[in-house]
Order: sequence, then C-alpha cells, then structure tokens
Amino acid sequence: MDKVVKNATAAIKGIKNNMTLMVGGFGLCGIPENCIAALVKKGTKGLTCISNNAGVDDFGLGLLLQKKQIKKMMSSYVGENAEFERQMLSGELEVDLIPQGSLAARCQAGGSGVPAFFTPAGYGTEVAEGKEVRYFNGKPHLLEHALTADFALVKAWKGDRFGNLIFKGTARNFNPLMAMAGKITVAEVEELVEPGELDPNFIHTPGIFVQRIFQGKDYEKRIEQRTVRKKS
Amino acid sequence: MLDRNQIAQRISQELKDGWYVNLGIGIPTLIANFVPKGINVVFQSENGILGMGPFPFEGEEDADMINAGKQTITPLPGASIFDSATSFSMIRGQHIQLTVLGAMEVSEKGDIANWKIPGKMVKGMGGAMDLVASADNIIVAMSHTSRSGKSKLLKSCTLPLTGVRCIKKIVTNMAVLDVTPDGFKLLERAPGVSVKEIEAATEGRLIVEGRIPVIKL
Repeated sequence: MDKVVKNATAAIKGIKNNMTLMVGGFGLCGIPENCIAALVKKGTKGLTCISNNAGVDDFGLGLLLQKKQIKKMMSSYVGENAEFERQMLSGELEVDLIPQGSLAARCQAGGSGVPAFFTPAGYGTEVAEGKEVRYFNGKPHLLEHALTADFALVKAWKGDRFGNLIFKGTARNFNPLMAMAGKITVAEVEELVEPGELDPNFIHTPGIFVQRIFQGKDYEKRIEQRTVRKKS
Repeated sequence: MLDRNQIAQRISQELKDGWYVNLGIGIPTLIANFVPKGINVVFQSENGILGMGPFPFEGEEDADMINAGKQTITPLPGASIFDSATSFSMIRGQHIQLTVLGAMEVSEKGDIANWKIPGKMVKGMGGAMDLVASADNIIVAMSHTSRSGKSKLLKSCTLPLTGVRCIKKIVTNMAVLDVTPDGFKLLERAPGVSVKEIEAATEGRLIVEGRIPVIKL
C-alpha cells in the first residue's frame, strides 16, 4: 500500500505524447506545481488537458502552453492568458468550453462508474448542440458524458503513504473529483506523513483513488488577484 | 442614474434573512457591502466556500483562500469548504436562494447572454450556465444600455445565450424591472430618470402601469 514515489519525475513516469490528463486547481489555487514543472522538463506533447482553467502566461498550465505541449484544453474559463488566446485564435489549440458544474460532475461521474447524466446547464445554448435533450419534471436537461483521464495530477495539503489526502481551503476545488477519475492518479502534497497521522474522520480523498504520492517542494502558490483591506 | 454601488445597494434590499446567496463577478460582488442591518445571509462562492467573508488584511493573504473571481478572501466563523461538485450540487439542487449576476443582454422572455462575443476572445462561461439553468431566483445587475447607447434589454438576445427563460428581475442604472410573460414590467425608476427615457432605452416590450415610483436607497 506504500504509494510513495521519490519525486515529480518519478510520479509522472508513463505520461506519453497525446495522452489525456486531468489537472486539479481553480485558477492558480491548488494546482500541482511540481508535476507541471516536471512535464515541462519532460517535453511531452499533444496533451489533452482537462482543467477548470488554463493558468496564466508564465505559471500553471500556461507553462505547458508556452512550450506548445497542449493540443486541447477542456475547461470552463480560460481568460487571463495571452499565449492561450494567440494559440486558440490561430487554430493551434483546440478548446472545449464546458459549464463549470458540468465539468465537475463529469469528472466525478468518470470516477464513480456513472457513464452519463442529465443536467439543466447549457440547455438552449451552444453547449447543447448535438446533445440529447430529455424532460424531467417538465424541465429540459442535456445528456452529459463522464470524463476520465490517463493520468490525474492533483495537489493536496497533507497526504500519507497510503494516498489518503487532505486539502486546505479553497485549494480543494476540482482536486478530489479528478483524483477519482484518473486511471493513474498522482498526488503531490505539501506534507507527506505516516499512516495514522491523519485523522480518518477528516480525510477528503481516500487513498484508494491515489496510485502515486510524493512530497512536493518549492511551492510558489502564486496569488492571481491580491485583494486586501486596510487595518482600521 | 444609479452608479455601480447604488445598483448593488438597491439589489441588497431584496436580500432576506437566512438566505444563501451566490454573487457573480463585478457589480454583484459589491452587494456584500450593503447587507441591511438585521439581515443575515451566507455568501457562496462556486469555487467551494460557504460563508465567504471580506478581503484579508494586508499581509494576511492566503493563496489557498480565494473566491470564484480568484481574489483573496477570508472565511467567516461558521464557513465551510467543499469541492466543486458539491458546490454545484448546492446550485443545481436549488439550495441557494438567490443568484445575482451581470449580463451583456437580457431578452423580454428572460433569456440571458453574458459569456461570449463572437469574433472576440472567448473566455468561457465558468459557472454561469449552471447557475442560470438551475436557480429559481435570479437577479441581473447591468447597465441599461451599451456605451454607444444601444439597449441591452431586447426582444431577443443577439449574442450567444447563457440560459433561456431564466431571469426574473433586472436592476439597471435606470430602472428596476420584472421579467413577466408579457415583457419587461417597469417597477421603479432611478432618480432623475423619466419613464420616457426608460422606454427609449428599452428595445424589448416595456409594460408601464400607473405611476412609477423612484428607487429609494
């Protein structure tokens, strides 16, 4: 049950060109910084990335975009990234925009053995094109399919050797859902501990969903919008 | 005319004690500054927090504590944190009593467009489509016309839709309106704005019945 690997390079072993990855995080909050850096170093290309956002120009998934390693993004919101915009408008990058709640539910479904589900989100919009519509309780719903990935890369606050994870604050976001949906789920953590050190009552992601775990390092945790108030 | 803060202040009068509320980015965010005394509401941010509080004091920012606009925030006592699927279960499951969001266009049928301008950079819909498709009670905060003076309250939306027949109430810099089966019903007008001016600024069907009171702030 010991799932610990040495570092990010070992953790992403087996990621090959043209694979599909899920990458946790919301904006730059809760992103697997170490795994992204290792992927940049490895130079894997043609990746399809399922991630709520696409990072900023020089951080997060923006680093993979800079190196043209991403073929397709599946996201709900991709602003704040000039290189992304350039690649999308020039047709180099394929983009599938998905309502945020549907994206979350599709990841959860993918990890839960639910192949598809109906949701009201997107009915009557471009998102509905080509999708089955069915009425429940008099209201139209769209059929949405589950998502899975060859690898899911997630970031947690604390984790143990068995892969049990605890997230901190709003860095939780998509991470637990993507952890469920990866054929191989890699968790990088700020603090790797021994089994028994984490209270089982407060585990967010049970270790069964995690195949590899490692102690991350040098977390930058960049803040996208620093908003503060003055002490009065 | 109302400014951005006054639009937020007017919408804050719609808040009811005990409500869970989701505020969109822009003017809606300002509503948190105008919660009436004696009213307790809990703000949800769809990235995964209930009980969102004010911005942190300088030097106390936490990269792991942000709202859906990616701004640093603080949790209030009694706050809770959850994943994105749970967050949208709250939204789709109609556990949220009020959603306030901005719009580029609203039609007299209650359709809303707020995520995409063809030919321009598409940033994505974020959680807007889930919110408008599910919420029972949606208020739109917007300017009544574009900068060039074109009405944003239309017979039909011209931009790609975010949701259909979902908007119930609109608060603009000029007026408060309900969306009814017969069109936009004028409820209140902004100080210094005449009914005639609102009629001229509204392309969709406008229903005016009796004397229209001025918005009180």
